[in-house]
Amino acid sequence: MSDFDLTRSSEAARPMPQLARQGFEARALKSGLLTGLTWLAALLAAVPLISVMYLLLVKGGSRLFGADFAEVLTGLPPAGFELGGGIGPAIVGTLVMVGIASVLSIPIGILAAIYLGVLEPRSRLANTSRFLAKVLTGFPSIMAGVFVYAVLVIHWGYSAWAGGIALAVLMLRTVVLAAEEAIAQVPQRMKDAAYGMGCTRTQVIWKVVLPTGLPGILTGVLLAVAGAAGESAPLLFTALFSNYFISELSEPTASLSILIYNFSGMPFPNQIELAWTASLVLVLIVLMFNILARLIVQPKV
Amino acid sequence: MANLFASAGSASSVSGPPSGGDYAADSIFRGLAWLSAFLIIALTGYILWEILREAFPAMQAYGLGFITGTTWNVNTGQFGVLPEIWGTLYSSLLALFLGGIFGIAIAIFLTQDFLDHRVATVFRTIIEMLAAIPSVVFGLWGIFVLIPLLKPGAEWLHSQFGWFPLFSTDLAGPGMAPAALVLAIMILPTVAAISVDAFRRIPYKVKEAAYGMGTTRWEAILKVMLPTASSGLLAALVLGFGRALGETMALAMLIGNANQISLSLFSPANTLASLLASTFPEAGQLEVQALMYAALVLLVITFIVNVLGLAVQQYTIRKFEGKK
Repeated sequence: MSDFDLTRSSEAARPMPQLARQGFEARALKSGLLTGLTWLAALLAAVPLISVMYLLLVKGGSRLFGADFAEVLTGLPPAGFELGGGIGPAIVGTLVMVGIASVLSIPIGILAAIYLGVLEPRSRLANTSRFLAKVLTGFPSIMAGVFVYAVLVIHWGYSAWAGGIALAVLMLRTVVLAAEEAIAQVPQRMKDAAYGMGCTRTQVIWKVVLPTGLPGILTGVLLAVAGAAGESAPLLFTALFSNYFISELSEPTASLSILIYNFSGMPFPNQIELAWTASLVLVLIVLMFNILARLIVQPKV
Repeated sequence: MANLFASAGSASSVSGPPSGGDYAADSIFRGLAWLSAFLIIALTGYILWEILREAFPAMQAYGLGFITGTTWNVNTGQFGVLPEIWGTLYSSLLALFLGGIFGIAIAIFLTQDFLDHRVATVFRTIIEMLAAIPSVVFGLWGIFVLIPLLKPGAEWLHSQFGWFPLFSTDLAGPGMAPAALVLAIMILPTVAAISVDAFRRIPYKVKEAAYGMGTTRWEAILKVMLPTASSGLLAALVLGFGRALGETMALAMLIGNANQISLSLFSPANTLASLLASTFPEAGQLEVQALMYAALVLLVITFIVNVLGLAVQQYTIRKFEGKK
């Protein structure tokens, strides 16, 4: 113990190192400078979002929250120099196609996630499937459009079906990966307890895994829906566009994102104003799903 | 006196082995799950097969000359995508440079105790919201806000430093600079999120050890945290690059769709994805085949980049958590 005697008298004889922080030392200055730069970078990164939101509210809000909001929400898109008009068909079209995509992709996505997360997580099929879902996540979204064009549009023409299926291809990967992650959070001991009581695997999944993982799955599903609602590239040459309300699923269909794309390039102020209004409506729809997804409380397990 | 054996096997018991119906439901359900997992593989294969099949006539007709050709002319039947490949890579690299710096700076800002925990959560939500804004909305914002904002600066740079290749043309409207800037904003959330993940994987004791040796906060970040997180940051950059390569609508609206190769930041250009977006809806049969070939080229590029990024990410996870 004497080696570590802190009261050695020789201590006083040695020069004490300078331990206090020195504000103007080079390394402290460098640290301060870098901290400042990081703050600057972070604040700069928030500028685009604030700018986008501000302009959406100002330019899009003037029509949406103005006197003729009913016409804007339900009216047909104006042609050429025509004034007024609205984005009704585009709102309906977006909702219909996102609906088709959800109905197709959510059940398949969750079932696949169950296979990947519970049934055979380490099997070759699961590993391949998981890897491909991740690779699909990196796919350019326009590829879904190209694919559906080659499979459906060439034979049956532009339709809401084609648009919805293209969106479903994109949603599937998100739903699978998010649902698998949520399912993987379910503790093994809960599953073991259920198996110990003699449950079949299906009963374990329905009575333990899915109820416990539900909040996480829902969050993933809502984020996938939000993503699909904002997509435009896959709709460009699958659903095309239409100036009228959708009457059949086998017809070209309007969507908010394509309306924004088309109107943004027009030389008419009325159309550009409507493009901003449509943007505001689209962002509100997307943000609503996003916020809903965040509001779902994750249980602590 | 109660008969101890009376309840054994009687119908009033709540327990029992799974019934035949339970077993049947089990098999059917597991079969459906298997089918769904298999469907992902089949779908990926089908997508590849369809695009290959549609592109095949063009591949036969133009061969590798398609990749080195520089003209896109429907009337003469000449199709080449070198300018688009150049534009795709150039715009993505520019975006990666900006988005990478900002993304990693934000990841440091969020994970290295600069902010109170709750403020950091709010800030992270703001960055995540950036990812939720649809591409077309960024395109619209770019046309009516960013381009007018950049014009005076671009004019000045061109007039003063016109000899410098990056500023050799004037910004007439849409062009590389606004496109790359918007692209940088769009990949920022991806880069930031994966980088945050990379920093979070570093055990806390690593930072404590650095502080314990008397480092300043930035000495700890630059000499300990960044090198330790390096493979995760690399994955963030590669996957961000992959996202930039495939981004379509904002670029179709901002890059100007000009079939030329230029180093200038202010000249219009084109990318593979925006070529598809702007030409596909009105293309004839011959052009559609050429576009399918272009889609295939884009697919191959993004596939390589993404698999690379996923591999680096997987390597990082294994490094910190051991082989799973």
